[in-house]
Amino acid sequence: MAEVEFRDVTRRYPGGRSGDTVALKGLNLTVADGEFLILVGPSGCGKSTALRLLAGLDKPTSGEIRIGGAVVNGLAPGERDIAMVFQNYALYPHMTVYRNLAYGLRQRRTPRAEVQRRVRETAELLQIGELLNRKPGQLSGGQRQRVAMGRALVRRPQAFLLDEPLSNLDAKLRNQVRGDLKRLHREVPVTSIYVTHDQVEAMTLGDRLCVMSDGEVQQIGTTDDIYNRPANTFVAAFMGSPPMNLLPGDVRGGVLHVGGEAVTTVSEPDGPMTVGVRPEHLQLHPSPSAGTVSATVDFVEPLGSHALVTALVEQTRVIVAAPPGTELAPGTRIGLQMPPEHTYFFDAETGQARSRALLTHR
Amino acid sequence: MELQPPSLPSPTRRRRLRLPFSPWHLVLIPLSFLLIVPLLWMLITSLETEGEANHFPPVLFPATPRFQNYSEAWAAAPFGQFFLNSALVTLVVLISNLIVCSLAGYAFARIRFLGRGALFVALMATLMVPFQVTMIPVFLIVKWFGDNVSPFLGIDHIGALMLPNLATAFGIFFLRQFFMTVPVELEEAARVDGTSRLGVLFKMVLPLSLPALSTLAALTVLTSWNDFLWPLIVITSQDQMTIPLGLSYFQGAHRVRWPLLMAANVMSLLPMLLVFIGAQRYFVQSVASTGIKG
Repeated sequence: MAEVEFRDVTRRYPGGRSGDTVALKGLNLTVADGEFLILVGPSGCGKSTALRLLAGLDKPTSGEIRIGGAVVNGLAPGERDIAMVFQNYALYPHMTVYRNLAYGLRQRRTPRAEVQRRVRETAELLQIGELLNRKPGQLSGGQRQRVAMGRALVRRPQAFLLDEPLSNLDAKLRNQVRGDLKRLHREVPVTSIYVTHDQVEAMTLGDRLCVMSDGEVQQIGTTDDIYNRPANTFVAAFMGSPPMNLLPGDVRGGVLHVGGEAVTTVSEPDGPMTVGVRPEHLQLHPSPSAGTVSATVDFVEPLGSHALVTALVEQTRVIVAAPPGTELAPGTRIGLQMPPEHTYFFDAETGQARSRALLTHR
Repeated sequence: MELQPPSLPSPTRRRRLRLPFSPWHLVLIPLSFLLIVPLLWMLITSLETEGEANHFPPVLFPATPRFQNYSEAWAAAPFGQFFLNSALVTLVVLISNLIVCSLAGYAFARIRFLGRGALFVALMATLMVPFQVTMIPVFLIVKWFGDNVSPFLGIDHIGALMLPNLATAFGIFFLRQFFMTVPVELEEAARVDGTSRLGVLFKMVLPLSLPALSTLAALTVLTSWNDFLWPLIVITSQDQMTIPLGLSYFQGAHRVRWPLLMAANVMSLLPMLLVFIGAQRYFVQSVASTGIKG
């Protein structure tokens, strides 16, 4: 087990006439020993590139990667003592499960008895003991996933790299394996870096999250930080389901106006800004009144525990989590109240969070 | 018009002629007949007397099958030596092709290096050049090897039959196409597990490419065993001859001893017949997977 560190790591892919593609722009990230860190972001944000650079499957254009304090830039993947779980598992199809698990150990010239003991141990931990003589082609998706985990675990590596390991499972199995992963990390606390585009997976699994977009880190923090103190509009809109509502606002004389309505007083300089409120914090009033933003109902999605009302404030779409049984005809005028303690302010141009003081209030 | 339930076949439909076999057979059966006749004729002639063989119209059933033709043909020329030479050349060419084409094919499929594209195009271009065009330059190169490197590689030695065939552009191309279909993640997983680049090729890619390797092996054996033109040019000594060359023994300037020639032919054909029967599905695969006939 070891600490993993990225220092100013950049990966540039030379492109033809359209110019270079920068997959990763000066990544700085430290993953503590034994930590479970999630790299999350939309596809093409550089999260998989970061993982491949750490594994040694790709080389950084510049910057330094350290595992356990030692620079590993020049080391081949096999010399870095890391294990990786691939999205499609990449089990060796011509080997039995036993040989799949034993392969990495055999490559490192581990004595046969030791290999046998560790494979049995790992198989027991993952409950794949009865599958050892089968080939990957004879396993179900969930079993393959466990074998892939086992192949990584059995090596007892310095760090564990997981590249969207749950994306090939169906929804029910995914929930179950998510729980298994969490339990597993508690039992075997290896430094883990987990790449996903699924924000539910990200929020439930990780000690810390690193939200990425366009090859850059947007925010690093716990689920609580990311959800309640988003650093910018990208994080606010990406995390949470449904995501945070972002509305154009305007401060005039210390009063915030949204959709032409004076909503609340703020300690912000005059000018335009982006206002964010999560669906569950917006309060729905049956008709517009003073202090509420007026909106037009577009449609209602009942979900049992609550209902999602989609409405339009001028041209901006807003989603409100309303009590169950809410029924509103399309076109109905409603009022939306924004509780000041749950309202976020972002710079209208840069999208960066403006008043941290308000945000910490929660 | 009467309306009919769609499930009932209409009268015209019922009367339609139904062949008890696929219509393709009407084409394929005559075609295979055409292909099999020369082989049968060879087999029949190999069992006839010389009189029967030269008779017109041809005798289709010899009065008494003359099996001595085989022993006589075997004794008429050092066939044991020819067989040995052929086997040796084929074996060396086969092993070398499997190794060299695997390495080169893997490099073209997976390793990025400067000029890979251009080199591959050049390699492909050589597939378009018929052997007759490169025959003389190759002869000169082989002669140079014989004079300057080792006489075993030079003219009039079976080494000359091996040297130009140690790897083929087709083999490299064929294996490259197959290697590209092996998932990259498998190779990456193996590398993370501590396998070297070469180890990945030998422990992951090759075991997964057995169908392709078998196909290449079968094609290589067949081409090498049947090669006639190149041995004809470089080999003159009897003790260095391969079977196809040796067969020309029976084709004298004035008289051809047909029954003996055919008996020898049958003997030289047997190993290839076995290879073909064993590897038939791989031949089909090679045509299907590359669109190129070996």
